[in-house]
Amino acid sequence: MEFLRPATWDEALAAKAEYPTALPISGGTDVMVEMNFDVHRPSAILDLNRITELTEWSNDGSVVRLGASVPYTRIIEELSGPLPGLALAAHTVGSPQIRNRGGVGGNLGGASPAGDAHPALLAAGRDVFVEAASVRGTRMIPIDEFYVGVKRNSLAADELIRAVHIPVADGPQQFSKIGTRNAMVIAVCAFGFALHPKNGTVGTGIGSAAPTPRRAVEAEEYLRDVLAERGLWESGDLLGAEVVQRFGELVKAAASPIDDVRGTAEYRRHSLAVMARRTLTWCWNDYSKQIRSAA
Amino acid sequence: MRVTFTANGKPVEADDVWEGESLLYVLRERVGLPGSKNACEQGECGSCTVYLDGVPVCSCLVAAGQVQDREVRTVEGLAAEDGELGLVQQAFIDAGAVQCGFCTPGLLVQTDALLESDAQPSDNDIREALSGNLCRCTGYEKIMDAVRLASARKCAGKGSA
Repeated sequence: MEFLRPATWDEALAAKAEYPTALPISGGTDVMVEMNFDVHRPSAILDLNRITELTEWSNDGSVVRLGASVPYTRIIEELSGPLPGLALAAHTVGSPQIRNRGGVGGNLGGASPAGDAHPALLAAGRDVFVEAASVRGTRMIPIDEFYVGVKRNSLAADELIRAVHIPVADGPQQFSKIGTRNAMVIAVCAFGFALHPKNGTVGTGIGSAAPTPRRAVEAEEYLRDVLAERGLWESGDLLGAEVVQRFGELVKAAASPIDDVRGTAEYRRHSLAVMARRTLTWCWNDYSKQIRSAA
Repeated sequence: MRVTFTANGKPVEADDVWEGESLLYVLRERVGLPGSKNACEQGECGSCTVYLDGVPVCSCLVAAGQVQDREVRTVEGLAAEDGELGLVQQAFIDAGAVQCGFCTPGLLVQTDALLESDAQPSDNDIREALSGNLCRCTGYEKIMDAVRLASARKCAGKGSA
């Protein structure tokens, strides 16, 4: 096995081109588990820790460019304003020690359906992009095209994740996750929700309840239409139990979970409907307050 | 491969390190620092918690090659050079927060980090900070006592200084 330690991004891309089967490692919170248990023995390990730009983020006021290795701890501390959904999801990752090392790049690279960042990224809107690069150039992969199968993503063998581009929140966002305790939990299932008042849409993200993270498209469209038809964006009036209930049912219907050691498919469907109703209610209450205090 | 780094303020060097080896293994088996404990090897238990460049991490999840030229501080580094125990270590002894002791090194490092950033944490803050450190003996109450004691002593020390 080789241990590659590029000092710059260009060196990292060159190394990945030369060793396409090299396994990138940053925080190591997934990669080292596989290594310790001999689940996976790659031909080479490509350490990205020396490339400090991967731990930087920038915000131009409309989009946050989040470096692939910005640890979850810093997402919580520094980005809960512009990226509230992702920051909430980050707070549910592992433990403080894990959050000090792990970042969104690893979640995306692993592409586990249970990755905590995915529902928040999907809910953040259609304009979330994974910045993937290789010696051939840079691609901006829309988040909806990124997840292609269980633990599979649309990266080419010579590509590395450099950053994620996420629109700055223009409305309330929430994240909910089911597990056996409040820490060190791989999600039984998870749900991310966001209101996007500027373009009159809502975002959803389902975790751990399908082969890939996915959005509940029909639930998004239903709620978008209801909010528009009833003038609720302007009034901030109550949604009513029927709308909340229907939204939950549509989210539930969008999942295709399996029975496994963490929970049954039926339990996942049920809890997704509950989480969808709760996160919608939390977000809408916050939004209503904003509307009323502005009036 | 060879890995050189700083451990508890001293330069150390490990030879014949396997590329997939963890920092924990290097500490325990190659540079004579067995204080950090090896329990779960998957970041679940926190027994192997060390500072890496001042940030507490699970050393079982850091690849050895990643610490090249960096600074590691282990539980051994919480005590003074002459063996005098650090404030957190003494508090764990005085509160009786140790039974089998296997989780203790990780709890000490994580508590040290907590009190560095917040000398007077609430009980909820303590529980959250220690949520990645499992103890199967104590039921955690004595550990909570120990952290509160360390916090009180740290604040008292600052007050008199």
